[in-house]
Amino acid sequence: MSAMETTPYALPDSDAEHEQLQKTWGPRRGPFSWFSQIDHRTIGRRFIVTAFVWFGLGGLLAALMRIQLAKPNNTFLSADQYNQIFTMHGTTMMFLFAVPVMEAVAIYIIPLMLGTRGLAFPRATAYAYYMFLFGGTMLYVAFFLNMAPDAGWFNYVPLSAPQFSPGKRIDIWAQLVNFTEISALTVAVEIIVTIFKQRAPGMSINRMPLYVWSMLVTAFMIVFAMPAVMVASNYIGLDRLVGTHFFNKAEGGDVLLWQHLFWFFGHPEVYIIFIPALGMVSTIITVFCRRKIFGYTAMVLSLVATAFIGFGLWVHHMFATGLPQSGQSYFTAASMMIAVPSGVQIFCWIATIAMGKPEFRPPLMFVLGFVAIFVLGGLTGVMLAAVPLNLQLHDTFFVVAHLHYVLIGGAVFPLLGALFFWFPKMTGRLMNERWGHISFWLTFAGFNVTFFPQHKLGLVGMPRRIYTYLPETGWGPLNLLSTIGAGILALGVLCFVVNALYSMKRGAIAGSNPWHAPTLEWATTSPPPHYNFLHLPTVSSTEPLWDHPENAPVVTGLALKKREVLITRLFDAEPDHLYLYPGTTPWAFLSAVATGGMFVALLFTPWALPIGVAIATTTLLCWFWPSSPRDEGEAPEQP
Amino acid sequence: MNGRATIDVSGLPDHAFGSRSIMWWMTVCVIAIEGTVFLVTIASYFYLQGNEAAWPPPGTRLPGLQWPTINTLILLVSLIPNQLAKSAAEKEEMLKVRIWMSVAALFAVGFVIVRTLEFRHLNVSWDSNAYGSITWTLLGFHTFHLVTDLIDTVALLVLMFTHHGYKGRRFVDVSENCFYWYFVVISWLPIYAVLYWAPRLL
Repeated sequence: MSAMETTPYALPDSDAEHEQLQKTWGPRRGPFSWFSQIDHRTIGRRFIVTAFVWFGLGGLLAALMRIQLAKPNNTFLSADQYNQIFTMHGTTMMFLFAVPVMEAVAIYIIPLMLGTRGLAFPRATAYAYYMFLFGGTMLYVAFFLNMAPDAGWFNYVPLSAPQFSPGKRIDIWAQLVNFTEISALTVAVEIIVTIFKQRAPGMSINRMPLYVWSMLVTAFMIVFAMPAVMVASNYIGLDRLVGTHFFNKAEGGDVLLWQHLFWFFGHPEVYIIFIPALGMVSTIITVFCRRKIFGYTAMVLSLVATAFIGFGLWVHHMFATGLPQSGQSYFTAASMMIAVPSGVQIFCWIATIAMGKPEFRPPLMFVLGFVAIFVLGGLTGVMLAAVPLNLQLHDTFFVVAHLHYVLIGGAVFPLLGALFFWFPKMTGRLMNERWGHISFWLTFAGFNVTFFPQHKLGLVGMPRRIYTYLPETGWGPLNLLSTIGAGILALGVLCFVVNALYSMKRGAIAGSNPWHAPTLEWATTSPPPHYNFLHLPTVSSTEPLWDHPENAPVVTGLALKKREVLITRLFDAEPDHLYLYPGTTPWAFLSAVATGGMFVALLFTPWALPIGVAIATTTLLCWFWPSSPRDEGEAPEQP
Repeated sequence: MNGRATIDVSGLPDHAFGSRSIMWWMTVCVIAIEGTVFLVTIASYFYLQGNEAAWPPPGTRLPGLQWPTINTLILLVSLIPNQLAKSAAEKEEMLKVRIWMSVAALFAVGFVIVRTLEFRHLNVSWDSNAYGSITWTLLGFHTFHLVTDLIDTVALLVLMFTHHGYKGRRFVDVSENCFYWYFVVISWLPIYAVLYWAPRLL
């Protein structure tokens, strides 16, 4: 098959170039080659699938909790099991699903949207994936050994301190944080560098698609937020392993230090999850309303403003800790202020929809569902920003309802819409639209039936994280309703997954641009070839494919026998110089094995650090040392 | 449905220095991450100090000032061979790169040796009290960066003595490695002030 026929960006008579580029950029062959692949589409796909496996497990845990809470005095789960399960559910969804899946989609989509051949530092992408995989595996192995963490996903001291939580459960949580944050930070750096330096010629920063902007802002938030939780988790790990006193009041430690460090990460984390979703929403609305987004500049500034304000809110998680009143007032004001940039974006989307010709196909339906749910979650957020109400509702199911409205409404709905939207690009086939609508309505209805009653439960005083309750409380009926809703929600997600799996093999062939979308990921075949673009596209607006339905302007002159990429200038994206990517390697995998092994061994002995560092360093040196032409980015010799 | 060729990039250079290169941007991002780690740790230091009437807490001796001060001087002087190596890399002068990188690496080795003496004269153990914990951790984090950069430097130095070194982008790597050393040095100054002068002056 000639890969070029279907796009307006391919020069005629390029079959020979296509053949050579396939060889240069293609995967490694042979036994164990699975562990050597590094290209961003392969790793991105694995990343997405792995994140969804954790999502499924986290969802099953949620179902167990809902079954336990469906009636008063239920004995389906013991208190200890319930503690482990709610901790595992939160930890899985926050550390193993929400942030990784957003980065995973970006790993796949961002280089395509920028019109380049790969994500910067491709071997590090593979390393990040394996760290993520190993971290999650460690957590679930511990769970099946009845050693899962049980102090909540924010792991408050003193409960998690050595004297109140003996055993290894909390240490496993702390190491999981190290695994996932190393992975997240690595990918964040790659995303920043790729967006800054590998945009298609002509894609000046005022022509970057909003999804690219959203991932750039997200990556910067990761860079500044994740270190705080890594530092905190290392403090707790040290307290537990070698007897430091960071959180031990008797020796001058401080338990609130944990909360400050955790929420300095934890609040931006919410926006790290939510801002990529905003980019997905803008992308989908543009395509299905068939017009430019209304207020591009205002949208970009809102994303940036959200990120900045997002770092100034963390104390609103700590209103119940007895802070000075001036601090409470400041953080109340800041928490309410973040509604302004969010509101600007909502109004820009409404304007875009109103002035466009909306086609209510499944991706747009998920986005509209997002708008409805997220506005409700935002409103309860403004309520919780007020200190008196916050004190009343702290640690009740009202907060549970709020955070699920924000996270599922704000992130999962746009994510499902975006996966439906990008599925044909990744697989070459379309998902079934009728089942798309069915899965949307099931998830939308199921979600609201599950979580809306929890507002009321919180208002009447049901605390979160209790494993059962008495019949006299009167909480039974609403809890039962909530459990029924969870069943509907699970059915909706199941429909989506089955639709995806079925469509992967049997869906309609998509072609390069089934939605007539304007951005560059649609300027190549579906799925894209190993080298992404035969000729790199150039752009002159935010909607290049709408400008050039045919005869599109392209770049020539990149090497065919080397993994050469074009580096462009930071602001105006003029071509600047060429850069060679390294080829496939097993050492990224082996380095992750070495560092992961060190983290696991550190659960038991501090001597794992020097030994582990020595081994990990050796693997990293093998990774960096150019021992074959492949390591210098040259095409492997053909037999 | 065919594209049209508008830009031919085959004549572009195969490497570039400074903010034009992706290595520079990666280094900046790494510095941002590690700088945040240091800032968060320093913030913890002062947060814990607020819990104590005296700092260091009563019964704990002040950390020795002699070795860290010597070490600070070594670090500051190391900026000279470091800058000479960086300039030589940017002019792609192999001999000078080899010479000045070797000198800079020797400075780093000297620094690591003195650092072990520094640890021995902290006059507190990590498990004595929270002051000891944060002091060891802050110094430990910096040492970790120091050692990783030293390993990185030595590996790159060895590479520059092989035929692999004769490539433009290896000179970019040297330049960025020197850039990172600036971060190791400059980030040390506030850490030095916090660990050794804050207990004396505040």
